[in-house]
Amino acid sequence: MSKTLSPKPVEELTYEEAFAELETIVDALEGDASQNPLEDAMSLFERGQALVKRCSELLDGAELKVRQLSGEELSEFEPEE
Amino acid sequence: MSQPSLFASVTWTVSRLTQHIRTLLESDVVLQDVWVQGEISNLGRPASGHIYFTLKDAGASLRGVMWKGDARRLTLPLQDGIEIEAHGHIGVYEPQGQYQFYADLIRPLGEGLLYQEFLRLKALLEAEGLFDPERKRPIPELPRLIGIVTSATGAALRDMLNTLRRRLPLVEVILAATPVQGVEAPPQLVIALAALNLFRPDVILLARGGGSIEDLWAFNDERVVRAVVASNVPVISGVGHETDFTLCDFAADLRAPTPTAAAELATPITITDLSAYLRGMKTRLAASTLSLLAAHQNGLAASAARLRFVSPLRRIQTDRQRLDDFARRELSALQHRLALDDSRLKGYERRLESLNPLAVLGRGYALVTRHADGKLVSQVGQVKAGDEIQIRVSDGAFDAAVLQDKES
Repeated sequence: MSKTLSPKPVEELTYEEAFAELETIVDALEGDASQNPLEDAMSLFERGQALVKRCSELLDGAELKVRQLSGEELSEFEPEE
Repeated sequence: MSQPSLFASVTWTVSRLTQHIRTLLESDVVLQDVWVQGEISNLGRPASGHIYFTLKDAGASLRGVMWKGDARRLTLPLQDGIEIEAHGHIGVYEPQGQYQFYADLIRPLGEGLLYQEFLRLKALLEAEGLFDPERKRPIPELPRLIGIVTSATGAALRDMLNTLRRRLPLVEVILAATPVQGVEAPPQLVIALAALNLFRPDVILLARGGGSIEDLWAFNDERVVRAVVASNVPVISGVGHETDFTLCDFAADLRAPTPTAAAELATPITITDLSAYLRGMKTRLAASTLSLLAAHQNGLAASAARLRFVSPLRRIQTDRQRLDDFARRELSALQHRLALDDSRLKGYERRLESLNPLAVLGRGYALVTRHADGKLVSQVGQVKAGDEIQIRVSDGAFDAAVLQDKES
């Protein structure tokens, strides 16, 4: 298998990780075709599709997360009116 | 405590009492023609053209107003923090029960003390290199974690969170809430910056909404400035309004004119950009895979052609042809050599014939050899009496003996 494949399931990746891996995969696929055995290429493509899906979900579901620091403890932020 | 007298003078209305105070103040010679010195703050210049301000020093403050007519003659650009001398009189603004200073002339008295302190500290820190452009760190393009140091209750926080929510809701925020004015503000700001640093955010926003120069003063505090410099994480300052500059602004890696602008500068890439990048990447993924498949297909066709070219059947045919060729060439070479050898042999035969010594014998000559060793005898000294010799003539040989030595 190609060494660009991360062992992590896509569901555990942050947006940055998922997008960075997607970029690597597309770069590899756009590279010299002879470098890519067909079987590897198809795995790359499938992984890439999963990463696109992961990224879309993260973008669609993004909600600003705010925590408040008191002393050295973090707690959920409650806006004061 | 004595009981109020039932026979006191008549009860005054507020207006009447206020008027009395006003009369008192306005009849005082000193108060009606006075120069006063102080620092301007809370400067307000509404559309009416009148100027409102507070004059203050360390111990007291005095509300002041300058009417439009006098204000028009001002040569000094008024701003908060500057120290001035003003001429005018004291009067009473009855609706609010406030005495105030009616200025008709304002002139500068050097720079305000706060401003002088600001300049002194700025020069000091500048000389230390704390404001050097080389110190400025780049702001990450796509932050994951943003630290915010500001008041938990101010509009600044609300503005920043709204801006971040709109531009990059993927981001996580850690708020270190602190007072942003008053004596306790500087040490709390220092603690907040240090505490946030422990969480290694990608960038820290240090912000406060607008206010007077006194309100913003904590951001000119040397301790806070040094804490900004000491931060391991890039700091964006967004203090006050567009025109306000604090020392923290100079020390920060990036200065934003307002808290909202600070949040914008912290998120140069927005979620809209990310969606566009992702769409592009999706297209590239499909396109590259398709062209890869096409390339493999072409490669397959080429391989098939090459396979035919290198097939063993073809080799065998080729080899057979080469063998035939070789055999043909070998045969003709052999024939050629045989012919050559034949003619060469005939030449030798002719030459041998001409050289045959026996042919001479036919003309009566004889060939004498010593019997003992078969050596040809061509001189008399080679034999002595009694030696057996062989004599060869044209048709054969016979043995003989030497009768006598003979000297040559």
